[in-house]
Amino acid sequence: MIVPFSYSLRNLWTRRLTTVLTASGMALVVFVFASILMLAEGLQKTLVETGSYDNAIVIRKASASEVQSGIERKQASIVETDPEIAIAGDGKPLVAKEMVVLIGLPKRGSNKQSNVVIRGITDRSLMLRPQIKLIEGRMPTPGSAEVMAGLSIAKRFNGGNMGETLRFGMREWRIVGIFDAGNTGFTSEIWGDVDQLMQAFRRPVYSSVTFKLRDSSRFGEVKRRIEGDPRLTLEAKRETKYYLEQSEVMAKFLRILGISLTVIFSLGAIIGAMITMYTAVATRVGEIGTLRALGFQRTSILTAFLMESLLLGLAGGLAGLFFSSFLQLITISTLNFQTFSELAFSFTLTPGIILRALAFALIMGFVGGVLPAVRAAHMNIVDALRSG
Amino acid sequence: MHVLKIVFKNAFRHKLRTGLTILSITIAILAFGLLRTVIHAWYAGVEASAVNRLVSRNSISMIFPLPLSYKEKIRQIEGVKTVSWGGWFGGIYIDEKNFFANFAVDAKTYLELYPEYIVPPDQKAAFLKDRKGFVAGRKLAARYGWHIGDTIVLKGTIYPGTWEFVLRGIYTGRDKGTDESVFFFNWDYLNEEVRKKTPGRADQVGFYMIGVTNPDLAADVAARIDGSFKNSLAETLTETEKAFQLGFVSMSDAIITAIKLVSFVVIVIILAVVANTMAMTARERMGEYAVFKTLGFGARHLAGLIFGESIFITLVGAACGVALTFPVADAFGRAMGQYFPTFNVTGETVVMDVITALIVGILAAIVPTVRAIKVRIADGLRSIG
Repeated sequence: MIVPFSYSLRNLWTRRLTTVLTASGMALVVFVFASILMLAEGLQKTLVETGSYDNAIVIRKASASEVQSGIERKQASIVETDPEIAIAGDGKPLVAKEMVVLIGLPKRGSNKQSNVVIRGITDRSLMLRPQIKLIEGRMPTPGSAEVMAGLSIAKRFNGGNMGETLRFGMREWRIVGIFDAGNTGFTSEIWGDVDQLMQAFRRPVYSSVTFKLRDSSRFGEVKRRIEGDPRLTLEAKRETKYYLEQSEVMAKFLRILGISLTVIFSLGAIIGAMITMYTAVATRVGEIGTLRALGFQRTSILTAFLMESLLLGLAGGLAGLFFSSFLQLITISTLNFQTFSELAFSFTLTPGIILRALAFALIMGFVGGVLPAVRAAHMNIVDALRSG
Repeated sequence: MHVLKIVFKNAFRHKLRTGLTILSITIAILAFGLLRTVIHAWYAGVEASAVNRLVSRNSISMIFPLPLSYKEKIRQIEGVKTVSWGGWFGGIYIDEKNFFANFAVDAKTYLELYPEYIVPPDQKAAFLKDRKGFVAGRKLAARYGWHIGDTIVLKGTIYPGTWEFVLRGIYTGRDKGTDESVFFFNWDYLNEEVRKKTPGRADQVGFYMIGVTNPDLAADVAARIDGSFKNSLAETLTETEKAFQLGFVSMSDAIITAIKLVSFVVIVIILAVVANTMAMTARERMGEYAVFKTLGFGARHLAGLIFGESIFITLVGAACGVALTFPVADAFGRAMGQYFPTFNVTGETVVMDVITALIVGILAAIVPTVRAIKVRIADGLRSIG
């Protein structure tokens, strides 16, 4: 005979205050667990989506990011002539020689400086990145001191909005456009004419050469050709891989932080569940004796009590997930340790995270409930009836 | 006296439950203490800053250099005592996982400006003589098992190539907060190599470190330095070392805020656990409270009993938690040495632990106390826990 499921449910309902307290402890743990996973996920998603699989990016060997890289004009011209570069509608190759530097800008509100990527672009830069849309104003005119800012910069930094000016390189630069690059790293960048910016920063070298492959599957060949060329000191990567690498340190840090926190917190919540379940067993000794006398098996008693604590865990898990799903509305902007520049990303909830969070909640419930349930199942019928 | 005895006995009426509650408080206080220590470690660089040092860098951002020729101009500015310069080298040791700070510095002046880095005199002399020499902090040398005279190879990221260095000195920190995991070598070596490979990048420094004659003048001196390079090709941004370090920390504001929030969450979790325990305790003893009331004991006594028990449990938990924080922080600091050069539990953290535990103890007792006071004697006698 199996103890009905409603027995477990109604027991939780009877001690509402205790149930709510225990489940909310678990909900908080699940909330923290899910939110940190969501953050790591959001960071990686942002950086992975920044690159496209068919694009290759060439930077100087051994430089970890575009900012550290430097490509002389002569070398850039050699890369430009690679036969595998796709041709645009106007018959010119789809290749952009760009310069990337960091500038310190004060954040709106707090006025604290942070590093922002400023990218010198050509007319090809936008063609290579179809995900970017101009949402306000216009493109900067080549040869003028005009720039356009990503949406996140416009929102978060002083001098980053339409019509405002930034001062660097002994000149004033006017923001003439705002572009939206969706959920990608480009949203946290400022773009202007590459030749003007090279002049202003007195940097006679490019940082990277990005091009679209004519045939994506032949990337290996291109890589070998560029890296094997004795005239070049460069390396080629698929854009997706390059951007994924930029997120590794941060994502790892978030995961270590997240896992160590949740392990510690979950101990607290498991103990909370244990206390609740032990008390539930202790106050129902008479009931358990009666159930046994009616002929319910030990295993069914065990199952009934385990079910109760699993339900607690499930309730906590669902509540925690419910609240963490609202985090998706939040975008945070912080320094990426690896590139040393500002990056905006949002909390991202995936089915995988939902599953992991619920499994985690159920495990907490199970671990918290198993000892009390065993105790309940192993009661001696006569003693139990007598004490009730 | 009797009341205390009752409180103590009451607390241990349910040994298992009280034990588990104390255990969960211990864990939570431990977590809370560690999180506060992490935040503290984040600010270690700020704490270790000296008041008489200024940092001058290119006003555009960290990645732009300043000409070496500025050093003479800065030296002539009123209030400046010592000028040192250097640059972030950003070399990788074996692979990217082994991260540590490595700088090229003008050795002699740098060591003058940093009296908290204590290098034995014979090692210091050897370091100044050897172009390829470098000095490493005690912790860093211990982490990789380096000994004086060892050759270390770093892979350049900003300055391409493989670079050889010879360990000539190991410094120890003068203060508890001094970072003992820095790697610094002679800037001349870097500059000569750069001149050979890319002449355009030679004679450029990443930052100037400036010692001022009087800390009170720091702001004026900084303004004078920036003023003298205004409207030049490389404008400077000069701030006190503390402000400079704080600027770094504030860039990762979002993460610190998240850690602060999380340390608050852990408190709410134990609050739920302790409140739960107290609610159960009070529910079981409704009958007893009614008996107390019958005997003429007032609300104050009941409140005292319940609050006393709750606070007693949380404080015992807090004491265990604080006792555990020290060894755990020590182990954690050693494991995460790469992220946090210094990792010390402060007195402030311990005080915060105790205050937090007290607050939790008080909050957890409120609802049960109200119920016990409100209950009508007849209902209380009738109630079954």
